[in-house]
Amino acid sequence: MSAPAVQFKADAARVAADLHHRDVIQTAMGKYEVVRDQRKQWFQDWEGARNLAARTKFEAINHLDKHLKQFADKLESRGAKVHWATDAASAREIILEILREKKAKVVVKSKTMTSEEIHLNNALEQVGYEVVESDLGEYIVQLRDEAPYHLVFPAMHLTRGEIKDIFQKKLNDAPSDDPEELTMVARRTLRKKYLQADVGITGANFAIAETGMISITENEGNARLTAALPDTMITLVGIEKVLPRLEDLALFLPMLAVMGTGQPLTCYNTMYGGPRQPDEADGPREFHVVLLDNKRTLLLADAEQRDVLGCIRCGACLNVCPIFRNVGGHTYGTVYGGPIGSVITPHLRGLQEWKHLSFASSLCGACTETCPVKIDLHHHLLQNRRNASAPGHGKPDFFQKLAFKLFALAANNPGLWKLATKLGRIGIKLCSVASGHVLDPMRLWTKTRKLPQPARQSFREWMEKRKS
Amino acid sequence: MNSRETIFARIHEALKFKAAAHHGRGLPDVAEQRHVMPPVGATPDEQLALFVRNAADLKTVFKFVKDEAELVAELQALSVAEKWQRVAAHKGAMVLAGAKTLSLPTIVTDDGYDKYDFEKCDAGISECDALIAQTGTALLTSRTAGGRALSCLPPHHVIIARREQLVPDLPAAFALLKQKYAENFPSMISFITGPSRTGDIERILVLGAHGPKKLTIFLING
Repeated sequence: MSAPAVQFKADAARVAADLHHRDVIQTAMGKYEVVRDQRKQWFQDWEGARNLAARTKFEAINHLDKHLKQFADKLESRGAKVHWATDAASAREIILEILREKKAKVVVKSKTMTSEEIHLNNALEQVGYEVVESDLGEYIVQLRDEAPYHLVFPAMHLTRGEIKDIFQKKLNDAPSDDPEELTMVARRTLRKKYLQADVGITGANFAIAETGMISITENEGNARLTAALPDTMITLVGIEKVLPRLEDLALFLPMLAVMGTGQPLTCYNTMYGGPRQPDEADGPREFHVVLLDNKRTLLLADAEQRDVLGCIRCGACLNVCPIFRNVGGHTYGTVYGGPIGSVITPHLRGLQEWKHLSFASSLCGACTETCPVKIDLHHHLLQNRRNASAPGHGKPDFFQKLAFKLFALAANNPGLWKLATKLGRIGIKLCSVASGHVLDPMRLWTKTRKLPQPARQSFREWMEKRKS
Repeated sequence: MNSRETIFARIHEALKFKAAAHHGRGLPDVAEQRHVMPPVGATPDEQLALFVRNAADLKTVFKFVKDEAELVAELQALSVAEKWQRVAAHKGAMVLAGAKTLSLPTIVTDDGYDKYDFEKCDAGISECDALIAQTGTALLTSRTAGGRALSCLPPHHVIIARREQLVPDLPAAFALLKQKYAENFPSMISFITGPSRTGDIERILVLGAHGPKKLTIFLING
């Protein structure tokens, strides 16, 4: 087993048995499910909307060259500077170069998963910049020195008490554990940062090819302020985020809100198409857009799984996933968790080392069913399993081979099959007696599960009796 | 080869493989956006009623005013009730007239401002480009609403709109943007749907995370 797989197994076993964790997640998800379902009903035809969204993304991704060129040309014609980063290291270097040139000291960031992907904060802090996350959830996990737990709700695993504790410890400012008062602590603290910051860094939810704009979806107004007050704005965006037309947003903005948080539309959906224009009151004088590949073109080359590039990072597949809900967001050990993370991480970070994520699935298909852009997630997990064991890619171990050989033997011989099912039923009964004991051969299974009780007779026996 | 050329070369190489059939091509033909999106009602009156309902759900304060005289009276009442000391506005005809009658220190963003002074403003007053019935949204831009910070930095954002600015749905709003700005878009276009909020602590709704805690929309119903 690879090191990440060993870690995953250990963490999964621990978190799945953590009743406090289960409580917190079930409460949060319960609230989300109710509003999400109400909002889906609000659409005249939710299925039709999914089809339209999937088609639009299909068009965008399968003509990525055309759209990307249009996007960059338009932005540049409006005074923005477009940078191209082939990998994480070059993206970090581009951003560091801008900060050096601007002689920046304080950098304020709004939520961007892509910056987590390239480990930007670490790189900036190492050379002495003060980097402040401004999204409340991101700010909380930054203070705790943790990775975001979830694509959309970075601090959903924490209780108000834990948040009060970290505010008390790091800010010395936590009047109570009331969510409103805690939010106001963050508001007060971060307002100063927006004003001080020399550079604002944002992500983007969409990149509009037709008009050369990035679009940011948020609720708090932190991205709005990050893009308004500092003199330089940097937006880091994956090359797959393109949408062909401005009006495509009319569909994607409400769909993202419904699936992401269960809102009809989030509070602020804002498009930026350049630095401050001559007739405008404020805004950054420089606008840099860093377009990131970082193996996205490898995914594009996989014609079978290319549709994952259509992902809008709504987090809906995480929310419905029985694995995510039991093992939690941190157990994955990846930037992108849940089903979408299990599908793409092997592509981004190596199939053999990360294949275990594709096996940690019940293949129930809830992710595929909920995905607003109809990514075929659970089949992609199967394809990853197939690819991981293709000739030349690792071998099944001895016991696996033995088990399948024995099964094949029994399944090809009616007499042996009959004997095996009889012995099996006796075996299960014996196991139940030994259950919980160290002699129980099934103890790894029964540690967290009950053995199914065998039927009184097999189907074959039932059929024979019926005939006579 | 520079990095731009490298990325385009990778994309061209990748797109030589045709996408799997289940993605896109297997989907049924779909209608246009309006056939799938949330309904908005057929008449302008129904749409106005929908906007009012949505605004209430979003905790936006929404008020009809007859004319500019009534608008001024409402603004003054707000200013007294919330003890405004300092306000921000921009050079919009409806906004500047209203703000001036408050006889308070006023920052007019188009004239330039000190951001620390600006942060002390109790309210920001702006116009907008449209109101969207479908979602209860106000649409504004950096060109028509006094820049980027006015609608987001002060704790209370007041929007002044006219009845004819109401559009039925999001597709209509994007069509309006294209028609109005064509090849010279403002650098920021923002769809504002209620006052700033967060649910990051135990998924409990708190208003005023970073942006305005309060959003008021006055509709001049001339």
